[in-house]
Amino acid sequence: MKQRTIFIGTAVLLAIAFALGISLYKSQKTEHSAQQVTQNKEALVRFHSPTLGNANAPVHIVEFLDPACESCRAFYPFVKEIMASNPEKIRLTIRYAPFHTGADEVVKVLEAARKQGKYWESLEALLVAQPQWALGHAAHLDRVWPFLEGLGLDIPRLKEDMKSPELAKLVQQDLEDVKALNVRGTPEFFVNGRPLPEFGPDHLKKLVDDELAKAGASN
Amino acid sequence: MMRTTDTNASVWPMVFLSWVIATVSTLGAIFLGEVMGLTPCILCWYQRICMFPLVLILAAGLFPLDVRVVRYAFPLALVGLSIAVFHLLVSEGIVSETLTPCTQGVPCSQQLIEWFGFLTIPMLSVAAFAAITAMLIAIHFKASK
Repeated sequence: MKQRTIFIGTAVLLAIAFALGISLYKSQKTEHSAQQVTQNKEALVRFHSPTLGNANAPVHIVEFLDPACESCRAFYPFVKEIMASNPEKIRLTIRYAPFHTGADEVVKVLEAARKQGKYWESLEALLVAQPQWALGHAAHLDRVWPFLEGLGLDIPRLKEDMKSPELAKLVQQDLEDVKALNVRGTPEFFVNGRPLPEFGPDHLKKLVDDELAKAGASN
Repeated sequence: MMRTTDTNASVWPMVFLSWVIATVSTLGAIFLGEVMGLTPCILCWYQRICMFPLVLILAAGLFPLDVRVVRYAFPLALVGLSIAVFHLLVSEGIVSETLTPCTQGVPCSQQLIEWFGFLTIPMLSVAAFAAITAMLIAIHFKASK
């Protein structure tokens, strides 16, 4: 009888210690990454990054994205939905964290498409088709092309543009900023410089609502 | 009268302590991997394969106490200990990384954590597996007396 009590007591104690450890670690981490953002303000937004929405919007979402990442694909419609339900109030900036093998080449495809004014169409087309070209945690550039047909892109020019050192520099810069901001997984969001306290669409929505409320109060 | 015998009284705490060590190690590994987001290297995975089942096997041997649990737990503990020792040698640079299966992904020689300036994850693993192995041997001899 007493042994059972000892066993159950220890198990409960360990479970509590584990849960406490998690919450302590998470709160410290959120604080730490918020600090990192204030110390690396310029690393969060670069002039070269594609941006959508009102330039004077009170809420600015910066998303670190990997075009080959499944969660980024799943998250994308949700981000668009948040933006649509708060028109003119949210600006979205895309940064790249191409962690999957070969994803940096797909980033270059997108950036070359941007030169032709077809960035968002291309991004959306590639995210939709992602299961067909991102296989086994690797992006396959040769499988990407069919999904860009019908967008009115000049593909030979796009392939030429992909080779420009300017794009290589852009990817390099984003990867450096990924390190500076300690982004470890994608998608990672910063809303007005505040990192997500916990991963998940609901946490993103809450953070955006918070910032919207703040902006509303100060107006 | 309860079923509690002399063996039970002296052996139960040892099985229990082994279980505590295995459980703390398992929770620690889950914390490092899932909460802190450190990717386990190949050797870490093999050690996890040996450590995680011990939590369940040892717990099953506690109620009612069954000393034969040693027979089932010992192989896991011994294999885990061997891998942990090998991992420690790799991480201390005594065995070179090229001899290990970890040429891709996370290198086993990389030390992700150093607590108090010296304590690394492989050291903790060796300590845990060694303690469990020693405890199981002691249980075996105590119970066969």
